[in-house]
Amino acid sequence: MPTKLHPALIGFTVLVFIFLVGPLIIVVGAAVSDTSYLTFPPHGLSLRWFENIFAIDAFRRTILTSLQVAVLATFVALLIGIPASYALNRYRIQLPGWLSTLFVLPVLVPELVLGFSLLKNVAYQFNAPIFLSLVVGHTILILPYVIRVISASLASFDFSVEEAAISLGSPPLKTFFTILLPNVRSGVIAAFILAFITSINDVSISIFLTGPGLSTLPIQLLAHMEQFFDPTVASVSVLLMVLTVAVMAIVERTLGLTFLAK
Amino acid sequence: MKRFAGWTLASPATLLILLGLVAPVAATIYATFGTPGGPFDTYQTFFASSFRRTVLMRTITISLAVTAIALVIGFITAYVVSRAPGWLKSILIIAAVFPLLTGVVVRSFAWLIILGKNGILNSTLTQLGLIAEPLQMLYTPGSVIVAMVYLFVPLMILTLVGVLEAIPDDLIQASASLGARPSATFTQVVLPLAVPGLIVGAVLVFTGSFTSYATPQLLGGEQVMMMGTLMYQQAMVTFDWVSASTIAAVMVVITIAIVLAMTRVARRLNPMAV
Repeated sequence: MPTKLHPALIGFTVLVFIFLVGPLIIVVGAAVSDTSYLTFPPHGLSLRWFENIFAIDAFRRTILTSLQVAVLATFVALLIGIPASYALNRYRIQLPGWLSTLFVLPVLVPELVLGFSLLKNVAYQFNAPIFLSLVVGHTILILPYVIRVISASLASFDFSVEEAAISLGSPPLKTFFTILLPNVRSGVIAAFILAFITSINDVSISIFLTGPGLSTLPIQLLAHMEQFFDPTVASVSVLLMVLTVAVMAIVERTLGLTFLAK
Repeated sequence: MKRFAGWTLASPATLLILLGLVAPVAATIYATFGTPGGPFDTYQTFFASSFRRTVLMRTITISLAVTAIALVIGFITAYVVSRAPGWLKSILIIAAVFPLLTGVVVRSFAWLIILGKNGILNSTLTQLGLIAEPLQMLYTPGSVIVAMVYLFVPLMILTLVGVLEAIPDDLIQASASLGARPSATFTQVVLPLAVPGLIVGAVLVFTGSFTSYATPQLLGGEQVMMMGTLMYQQAMVTFDWVSASTIAAVMVVITIAIVLAMTRVARRLNPMAV
C-alpha cells in the first residue's frame, strides 16, 4: 500500500515541475515568434529564425566544429574508457585503489581550471593546436561518465562466460567482440549518448580553448547573446532541445531513463 | 603477461588523465608559488584586494543560498516523486532529466527572456498594474540565484529520488501505526535516512555553483562577478595569468576540501552503516 501524501506536498511538486519545464516552453515560444525581438507569448508564427541560423556563417561553422569535437572526443573516450572499465572490474585486485579515484578526478577538478590549464600549459607552452587541446579537454571531461556507465553494465556481466570462450580456443580480441561487447551493448550506447551531449553542451572548458577562427556552438551562442537580442538564439536552443529529446528517446529505449536517477 | 593485463588495458585512460589533467592543473597551481615576491605573494595580493575578497565572499554566499534552496525544493519534490505510482514517476523523472540534459547556455538564456527589462515578468507585472516602471532584475544576485537554482534542482531531485526510493514504505507505515504524526515521520524517519543523499546533493550543487561560469556571466555580468567569471576575465581579458592561476588554485582547494570533508561527514551520519 503506497504512502499517502499531504495535498500541500503534491501542490508544491506541481509548482516545481512548472518551474522546471516552463522556461523551456518560453524559449520554444520565443523561437517561433514572427518578431525581430524576443517575446512571449509569440506574436505570429514563423520559422524564419530557424532559417537565420544557417544564414549566419558563424553558426554554420560552430555547429560543425561542435559536432566534430563531440564525435572525436566521444570516440576516443569510448576507445580508452571501455578497456579501463574492463580492467577496473576484471582485474580489481591487481590495480591499486587510487586508480578509480584518478578516473573521477575530472569531476572533482573545476572545468574552468582544466580549460585554463590546458590553454596555459599545453596549447600555449607546447604550441599544441587549439583544436587538439579542445578535443583532449572534452575527452577528459566525458571519460568519467563513460567509465561509470560501462562499469555499471559490466557489474552484471559474468566473466566466467568469457573464460569459457577463451578456454575453448577463442582468441582474446574475438572474445571481446563476440562475447563481451554484445553483453554491454546498452551500456556502450548510453555512454556514447551521455558523453556526446555533455561535450556538445560544454562551456567551461571550451571558453578557454576557442577564439577567432575556432569556436563551438555554446560559445558562439554566448557571443551572439552579448551583441543581439533576437530570436536566433532561441531557435538554436530549440534545435538543441530537439537533439536532447532524440537522445532521451534512445537512452529510454536502451536502458530506461530511471537509470540516470541512480 | 597476465599480471600486467589490467595495467595494459587501463594505461591509455590513466595516461590521458595524468598528462591532460593532473600535470597541467598541477603546473597551474605550482606556478602560483614561484613568483618573485615569495611563495605566497600571489595569495597575499589576492586576499589584499578588497574587490577579490568581495568576489570570493559573494561566490560563497550565492553558492550557499543556491544549495539551501535547491535542498529544500529538491528534497520535497524527490519525496513526492519517490512515492508516486510507477507511470507518474517515469513522467516526472523524464521532466527532471530533460532540463538536465539541456545545455547550461539554453537554460540561462531562458531566464534572460523572463527577467529582462522588457522580459515576460516585467511586462506581466506592468500589465497587471503592479509596477509602473520595469524593474531591474537582471545583473542582480537574485537573478543569478534563481537561474542557478533552476540549473541545479533537477540534479538534486535525481540524486534524492534514488535515496528516498530505497526507504521502504513499511518503515513509514510502521512509524504511522506506532502513533507518529506525518510531520514526525517525515522529520524522524525519512529525513535521517536521507542525510547521506542530501549531503551528496549539497556537495554537487555547491561545487557546481561555486565554479560556474555561463550563468553568472549571462545573468550577473560585471555587476555580480563570481569566481568563475573573474577567473575568465583575468585570463582572457586582462591576460593576467598569474592572477587567473591563483583564482584557479583557490577554486581547486575549496572544491576538493569540501568534497573530502563532506564525504567523511556523510559516512559518519549514514544511519544504515551502523
